[in-house]
Amino acid sequence: MNAALEINALNVYFGDHGALVHAVKSASLTVAKGASFGLVGESGSGKSTILKAITGLAPQWNGEIKVEGRPLGAKRDRNFYKTVQMVFQDPYASLHPRQSVDQVLSETLYLHGFRDIDDRVNQLLQDVGLGPAFRFRYPHQLSGGQRQRVAIARALAPQPDILLLDEPTSALDVSVQAEILNLLSDLRAAHGLTFVMVSHDLAVVAHMCDQAAVMQHGEILEVLSIDAMRAGQTAHPYTRTLLDASANRVA
Amino acid sequence: MSTLLDIENLWVRFPTRNGIFDAVRGVSFSLGRERLGIVGESGSGKSMTGRAILRLIRHPGIVEADHINLHGENLLAKSERDMRKVRGEQISMVMQDPKFSLNPVMTIGDQLIEAHRLHAKATKAEARKKALEMLEAVSIRDPERVMGAYPHEMSGGMGQRIMIAMMLIPNPEILIADEPTSALDVSVQGQVLSIMDRLVKERGMGLIFISHDLNLVSQFCDRVLIMYAGRIVEVCDANRLHEAQHPYTRGLLGSLPRFDAPRPRLEVLQRDPSWRDAPSVEGRT
Repeated sequence: MNAALEINALNVYFGDHGALVHAVKSASLTVAKGASFGLVGESGSGKSTILKAITGLAPQWNGEIKVEGRPLGAKRDRNFYKTVQMVFQDPYASLHPRQSVDQVLSETLYLHGFRDIDDRVNQLLQDVGLGPAFRFRYPHQLSGGQRQRVAIARALAPQPDILLLDEPTSALDVSVQAEILNLLSDLRAAHGLTFVMVSHDLAVVAHMCDQAAVMQHGEILEVLSIDAMRAGQTAHPYTRTLLDASANRVA
Repeated sequence: MSTLLDIENLWVRFPTRNGIFDAVRGVSFSLGRERLGIVGESGSGKSMTGRAILRLIRHPGIVEADHINLHGENLLAKSERDMRKVRGEQISMVMQDPKFSLNPVMTIGDQLIEAHRLHAKATKAEARKKALEMLEAVSIRDPERVMGAYPHEMSGGMGQRIMIAMMLIPNPEILIADEPTSALDVSVQGQVLSIMDRLVKERGMGLIFISHDLNLVSQFCDRVLIMYAGRIVEVCDANRLHEAQHPYTRGLLGSLPRFDAPRPRLEVLQRDPSWRDAPSVEGRT
């Protein structure tokens, strides 16, 4: 079995009986081990919701989610979080404003049962390209790019195999985006990670991924390789529109 | 081209505990009936430049300039009372996120009607008609329903179109749009931009379009100012942005992932301290 992640007929709901929103409708996808998979679509299309359902942040789901061959139940155990970690969109909101970088990383490491915390914090900071000088800083003393590096370090702390990236660079400047994307590529090569990346920016997904699913109104319209996308071999007209909206840009 | 707005040597300063921080450092440019883009990273002073024109920098921030002339009249010499007449009637501003710029506890109709009646002596019925007209002008399909709705019932794209409608009610000559589409999806972005484009063309307005998105600016504007560390480092025609000379502009362009030209690694911008100290380029035509 070499699929890192398998999703079959996944449905996700929000709200209750009166106002039930069917956010993801019968979605299926397979991500091979070591691959980088993109989810694209407009806001409200359900791409982030799929990531949330995987990590257990959207509890109302049915269908099948398999991580490294093991189906997930209603609850996620610690072993799951040692395998799958998530990086969120806004580094300004995802770090505790009153905890230093050291506290954030140490706590995560402690909860995952590591006891050589001191060495590991230094190693994590080095991995994400921050020096030891950043260890005792608070989030407000960091730039957006540095914060996102800390968020990535936190996700790497339990030594996961799969990283779920929810718009990891859309809150950042293009120059900083380039640094973070390069960092993510390097980390994937160094640690043999599998990426599932959500982005509304087709160019970013095309740069980072080898395969992508196009979503609209909670449904996966098609799954296609980036090469096919570049060549314009799309099966669904919506993919075409999305391509036209992003590709007629001159840099 | 007739000049609407002319700015000479604009500085925006903030006193801090560690001395004075200069957010904008001696910027000069002019605006005609055109679409002028201002691009740069966060912290480059582009939003501050936009706000300083309308004198929207709050205390303790300081705005200084040799002049900010609107039709030859210096806005800096005006009283706060006169300034209020300029805002909206002559120069309007659209902010980044409609969620924060619409009043959450007033219906959209009431907000539009209020905006109109503040500027024109109109009856409620006239203002209502005008509001409906403006909603139609920004391609809102069901204006009657939207008039009675609250901002939280609107999507981001609709919220931003409503903001644009509100800004256009007093029929200003200049529209300053500060990242008007950054919070929106690519597909919706296109709609909002084409609406703005049409209105600018039809009404002969001047538009200052502030954005961090180089692609967008190169497509949408006529002329682009590139700002770095509070100064203008380069001015060029928008359709020739890809031929830009300054290493900063080149670096920004190089750091963009390209859909049509894949490469294993992105270039990372190497900043040269001398860019900070180079004198500001004049952005006049």
